[in-house]
Amino acid sequence: MCGIAGLIHRGNTSKVGFELQGMLQALKHRGEDSTGYALYGKTDGQNFIMRFKVGENVGEGSTSIMEDVSVYDERKKIVDGYLSDLEAKIIKEERILPYSLRYEIEYDKDLMEFSQKIESVPGVEILSMGKSLEVIKDLGNAEAVCKRYNLDKLVGTHAIGHARMATESGVDIKSAHPFWGYPFSDVSVVHNGQLTNYWNNRRVLENKGMRFMSECDSELIAVYLAEKMRNGATLEEGMKESLTGLDGVFTYFVATKDSLGMAKDTMAAKPLVLYESDDLVAMGSEEIAIRSVLPQEIETYDPFDGEVKVWQI
Amino acid sequence: MANLKTSEKKTKAQSMGLHSEVLTGKTQQKFFNPDEAENFYYFGTYDVDFNKRTEIDVKNMECREANKKIDELMKDGYGTIVIKNPQGKHSLGVGILNKLNLIFEGSLGYFGCGSMDGPIVRINGRVGWSCAENMMAGKVVIEKNAGSCFGAAIRGGDLICKGSVGARTGIDQKGGTIIIGGDAGAFTGFMMQRGRIIILGDVGINLGDSMYDGTIFVGGKIGSFGSDAVEAELTDSDQDWLRRKLKVAEIGENFDVSKMTKVVAGKKLWNYDALEPTEKKGAI
Repeated sequence: MCGIAGLIHRGNTSKVGFELQGMLQALKHRGEDSTGYALYGKTDGQNFIMRFKVGENVGEGSTSIMEDVSVYDERKKIVDGYLSDLEAKIIKEERILPYSLRYEIEYDKDLMEFSQKIESVPGVEILSMGKSLEVIKDLGNAEAVCKRYNLDKLVGTHAIGHARMATESGVDIKSAHPFWGYPFSDVSVVHNGQLTNYWNNRRVLENKGMRFMSECDSELIAVYLAEKMRNGATLEEGMKESLTGLDGVFTYFVATKDSLGMAKDTMAAKPLVLYESDDLVAMGSEEIAIRSVLPQEIETYDPFDGEVKVWQI
Repeated sequence: MANLKTSEKKTKAQSMGLHSEVLTGKTQQKFFNPDEAENFYYFGTYDVDFNKRTEIDVKNMECREANKKIDELMKDGYGTIVIKNPQGKHSLGVGILNKLNLIFEGSLGYFGCGSMDGPIVRINGRVGWSCAENMMAGKVVIEKNAGSCFGAAIRGGDLICKGSVGARTGIDQKGGTIIIGGDAGAFTGFMMQRGRIIILGDVGINLGDSMYDGTIFVGGKIGSFGSDAVEAELTDSDQDWLRRKLKVAEIGENFDVSKMTKVVAGKKLWNYDALEPTEKKGAI
């Protein structure tokens, strides 16, 4: 089933980690196999923040194979070596969990080359790369993941998140949302629904050199949009094309460093409730998600079929 | 099992296109008849007094607890119950088979007021998906917008949304009337079998897709017609009924009903009436 939520503060910042946690926790009945956050923080915009994993969480009902922690250490060592080869300078390094790391990096060259090099290490995946984006995803419900990664104090402008009930692929971090819009800095996607032309699209996109890290159908949206943008389309144009290019039922959110968008399939088969005001836009699979940040009486509505909307911060 | 026969003499409901067959024999099914509105009130198990009024705050209650509380209050004779702080909770006000004035001071989530038979409900907010699903009788008025599958499979009563509604409004509708003050989404009236839908605003694509029977009236633009949905002549009788219905619903004051588009089933796709009686019995 899955639940998605997102919010954007326009012209302001807030504790978006805490707010999104409340929204996703309200949707936990839609799935708590894994929860993911794409948070757009308040940064100086100088350095990249790379969130990556060197292994899987093998607890919490995971379908992944257990590995020795020494394997994670070994992978980290190789990544550090590759970063040096790429002339990327590590400014700050945090190892939040044995398999999950956060690096602040000084780097000014091609992101595609960078990502391909880092992800050539088996078992290593970049969860996000951006100057304000940080993707944090792990197994468990929103509250558990928020606590594990100390997300409630993160201040930012906007955020999207996902509460997942695993149906199309395994219970693991690689299949969890949000998906980074590789190789674009600061692009992330969450999705509720099923895509029925996944393999057809995937074959075409892989032949064009795009990368897939999981077998989760939702990843296709991130790759599809990234490919459109690589060919010069704007985010909104790419989203509008996806309404016919992607087959199935879907509601998805996409975020960039300064915008947040939503798209709903042409049959409006998946739910979405939306609240819009001059300074805040909040949306989710159910109204109770919005109520966690706006408990007072508010005007909300369901966007219609085939609707695409994008808001700027 | 209803004994289905074809009668040459048409009732008022038949002449207005609500249905074409006549039910005789022992059956619990009733068709809408404008002359028998009082028959649509199902007097349930509790004897309540509309003048006996109370309020409950459901802010910290789960939906089961809130619904149980409503039941207990009806048992105590309360005929007017005000629900404070529903805050988008799901499944509130479901399964009420009693006459009752129920007022929600706020918005409901999914499946609000589902499977009810008799109450008069006012929701001073918005409702989520599948509001009033399977309603048998009564009246539900929503002051703001509604989600998708609004009035799914209702069998009777009036369901009124003063704002706009999502997709698949009146899906599988089997009777009653749905009135929308604003716009409606795609697949409105999808597979509807009886009853009527009135939309004062625009409607999305595939209107009345695969509808068996029933009537849809649209005041604004139509995105596209669905399979087997066709335009029909708007009669004087239709216009009289529309004016009266909108007046009772307190919606669309001064709306020019003469310019509405009437949509019915073309009866090419699914036409049980074309079947032989034995086939019809099997199909039902």
